Amino acid sequence: MSAPGPATLLRLRVNGAPVQVAVQPHHTLLELLRYQLDLVGSKQGCDKGDCGACTVQIDGVPQLSCLTLALHAEGREVTTVEGLALGHGGVHPLQDAFDRWDAAQCGFCTPGILMSAEALLRRMARPVTGHEVRAALAGNLCRCTGYTKIIDAVIDASERMAAARRSGTVVLEVEVDPPTRDHAPQ
Amino acid sequence: MADDSHHDDSRQDPSEAATRPHWQLGGTHRKVDAMERMRGITRYTDDLKLPGMLHGKIKRSPHAHARIVSIDTRRAEAMPGVHAVVTGRDFPIPYGIIPWTPDENALAVDKVCYVGDGVAAVAADDEDTAIEALDAIEIEYELLPAYFDPEQALERDTVQINPYSKTGNLSKKVLLEFGDVEAGLASAELVVEGEYFFEGTTHAAIEPHCAVAHVERGGAAGESGLLTVWSATQVSHYLHRELAKVLELPAHRIRVIQPPLGGAFGGKSEPFDLEFCVAKLAMKTGRPVKILYTREEVFYAHRGRHPMRMKHRMGVTRDGTITAVDAKTIIDGGAYSSFGLVTTYYSGQLLCAPYTFPAYRFYSRRAYTNKPACGPKRGHGSVQPRFAIEVQLDKVAHALGLDPIELRRRNDMGAGTTTVNEFRIGSNGFLECLRRVEESSGWKQRRAALPYGRGLGVAGSTYISGTNYPIYPNQMPQAAVQVCLDRSGRARVFSGANDIGQGSSTMLAVIVGEELGLPVEDVRVLAADTDLCPVDLGAYSSRITLMVGNACMQAAQELRRKVQGAVAKRWDVPRRRVTLAQRMAIDLEDPDRHVAIDQAFWWAEEDHGLLGAVGSYNTPKDRHGDYRGGTIGASPAYSFTAHVAEVEVDDETGVVEVGTIWVAHDCGHALSRRIVEGQMEGSAYMGFAEALMEQHVVDPQHRGVHAAPSLLDYRIPTFLDTPELRALIVEAPDDNGPYGAKEAGEGPLHPSIPAIANAIFDAVGVRMDALPFSPPRVLAAIETRRAREAAGEQAPHKQALGAEGDDLGRPPKMVSARRIA
Repeated sequence: MSAPGPATLLRLRVNGAPVQVAVQPHHTLLELLRYQLDLVGSKQGCDKGDCGACTVQIDGVPQLSCLTLALHAEGREVTTVEGLALGHGGVHPLQDAFDRWDAAQCGFCTPGILMSAEALLRRMARPVTGHEVRAALAGNLCRCTGYTKIIDAVIDASERMAAARRSGTVVLEVEVDPPTRDHAPQ
Repeated sequence: MADDSHHDDSRQDPSEAATRPHWQLGGTHRKVDAMERMRGITRYTDDLKLPGMLHGKIKRSPHAHARIVSIDTRRAEAMPGVHAVVTGRDFPIPYGIIPWTPDENALAVDKVCYVGDGVAAVAADDEDTAIEALDAIEIEYELLPAYFDPEQALERDTVQINPYSKTGNLSKKVLLEFGDVEAGLASAELVVEGEYFFEGTTHAAIEPHCAVAHVERGGAAGESGLLTVWSATQVSHYLHRELAKVLELPAHRIRVIQPPLGGAFGGKSEPFDLEFCVAKLAMKTGRPVKILYTREEVFYAHRGRHPMRMKHRMGVTRDGTITAVDAKTIIDGGAYSSFGLVTTYYSGQLLCAPYTFPAYRFYSRRAYTNKPACGPKRGHGSVQPRFAIEVQLDKVAHALGLDPIELRRRNDMGAGTTTVNEFRIGSNGFLECLRRVEESSGWKQRRAALPYGRGLGVAGSTYISGTNYPIYPNQMPQAAVQVCLDRSGRARVFSGANDIGQGSSTMLAVIVGEELGLPVEDVRVLAADTDLCPVDLGAYSSRITLMVGNACMQAAQELRRKVQGAVAKRWDVPRRRVTLAQRMAIDLEDPDRHVAIDQAFWWAEEDHGLLGAVGSYNTPKDRHGDYRGGTIGASPAYSFTAHVAEVEVDDETGVVEVGTIWVAHDCGHALSRRIVEGQMEGSAYMGFAEALMEQHVVDPQHRGVHAAPSLLDYRIPTFLDTPELRALIVEAPDDNGPYGAKEAGEGPLHPSIPAIANAIFDAVGVRMDALPFSPPRVLAAIETRRAREAAGEQAPHKQALGAEGDDLGRPPKMVSARRIA
């Protein structure tokens, strides 16, 4: 009685692995992740797109999984916080930086913030400024930290990742935007 | 964390216990539980899934005030997939977090008192079915007059809002006078009077309330099985007590577990309807039941900051010395008492520091209204009057032509003093807090130079490090821990304290690590499980670092002595020559001689058997006043705070931008610096949010429906809104704190709001005496000021330096990190 329609078979990739699952057409991606795939790292803070705690990446782009129907993910690559460190030896530099800076207090918003921050660092591929972090994370609410330590941690991680790239283990040719006036350090 | 200088420093002083350098305390730490949270591994309450688990939902009143004529649950109960329905009749026993005011039921029994009051609950196979079942419950209401204004509610006592009140719509009244206030005001050379309004605000923790219950099969004797309740609560022990009372079960048949918590801020400090409902539904169905509040329900559950209307009078001499303070306060309590008895006292009792009051009187009344009940939010009861008094001081400074920081210095009460309401103050770093914010903000040079539209404001405050007395009267310890060492070189701490994100579990690990030579990652903290842990009163009143910290220190030091002794015996040296640090036991006089800590624990276990120790803490009983209510507001130690806020006000739109808040806070001794900074920053943020944005209000035009029950409509600051927050730790160690430590989690919120109000005055010459300082309010005040200037009734503020129309153009905009191109 609770299912308004028959379940549909959904094929997608989650954290790098192929997944086939029958989903109710009215279920959100967040419900699929949390209830069916037991990936509970993505959090439900409001269930209506206001808080950002459910942020995941769909094909590398941060999206609110509570506002995305599960069926929208057909054929796509979904990355959750559980998959953030894949290829980083178990701990992503952002997670390490958040840990060192005590950037997570209760930690409930943190998975969503990490997914937004990772997209920023990947896109910029250079050390980021406080302005850039604030703008990129404006859709993620945190109620504990006053945001200060999160900003510090994201900048720190971006610098370490840039240093690691420079040190030659992973050499990436990236176009670096010249810092504009607004991005100049205070 | 390793301190390379450790050996050298220690070698110089053989009596290591007295002077050994701290190898953990005062450092920065990775928290014991943060990495799991960041990897998505941590299981918060809503992440729990038990076999056969049902989903519950609560049906809520659409009316602000109504008698329940009838409830028909038959249709819902007959629905496929519905397993049980409960109503207020299943919970006839009223409860209340304060034992003197049990004035609410788990679900409404005869009447509903606000829109959102719980009336019935269902358990079903899934959420969708549960929601459908709620619609099938038929309730007939008879509407009653509803009151949304506290003064109206007090006047119209013929309609009683709370079903259990014995004093009409008066929830609590406190009148206390210390010294001769009228004489103090009469002797004053200036009396400043002001009327202030503090709007209600709510916690808005990102994790909604959630609870899961499960009942094990009963025993052979027919005894009920163990009821386990997992709840996102910050006070497991009080929840445990209230569950036993309302469910009529012996406490030993109930186990309360607080899983990792996603923020609380006071909003999870008492039982809520969902905890009783999951328990009863689990008992009825024999299956596990979960209820997760929707975000809308979280707003209706509330228990947040009380709106307060405050009339203040302050007398001062010409040099700014306070002669008397008189405060009258109307408190809007909402439908139930919650912590309201304490709130009413706190609205006056916590105002008597950091400034010396020769005479003080307060008269506070808390009214019931047909709104979500108010309760404790970070800085419980004292944030509102602190706003009033710090703006009053700013008005005094302005009237007397004194620097506002200097005025505060002149009235500083100092350390080792007693307040006019007889509370004993220990250490006091307030002057140093003032110095730090003055220096860091460039106050002296910049304040006079800032043009029209920009300004700096200052405010101070004090707060308790735990309330001196528990909620229910008893002489037992207020905090206790059990610490065990094992032969692998690790420690386990069993603590009833609730880590709600503030880092209290890490604080305990730091203390155990400090005493036993262990890095924090070798200490496992098992917290907030009533079956495993000794009783602790929970996370409220900023009590954990001082109280649980002291208990933990005691237990850890007992174990330290045993380990030191066992090593000393084998080395044939006096015990004081052995120190524990960096996973080793080390001979202080011959640092080349050392053993791994697991070997040291091994030897100690050989000598003493299993290595376990308990520690407990009770408060000193000489801190309070000798009068009725004199225990409320008493604390073993008080923290002190000063803020300077820098603002820019757009006088065409009334928009206030806060650029930076400098936050200096005396926490006694910062045991873990980044965690303390995080508390200071988070507090200042939350105060800033209340100052400029937040309003928890219902709409009387729409019969008391919440005006903004979502995180979009109830505006809280984003990354872009939040100012730069500069945490400046000040340490004035207190004899009652573990290693001198005091609180850091609530005090640093208080001055944000008045500091911003005072900065707005400095910027554009208008007084913001009502919260929030929203653009319409600020603009209206600016327009009134302009009209007065135009009429020649007052001189242009700051001589209109840099004001619009100035040929030199507007001043350069304030440097603000959140301006985005």
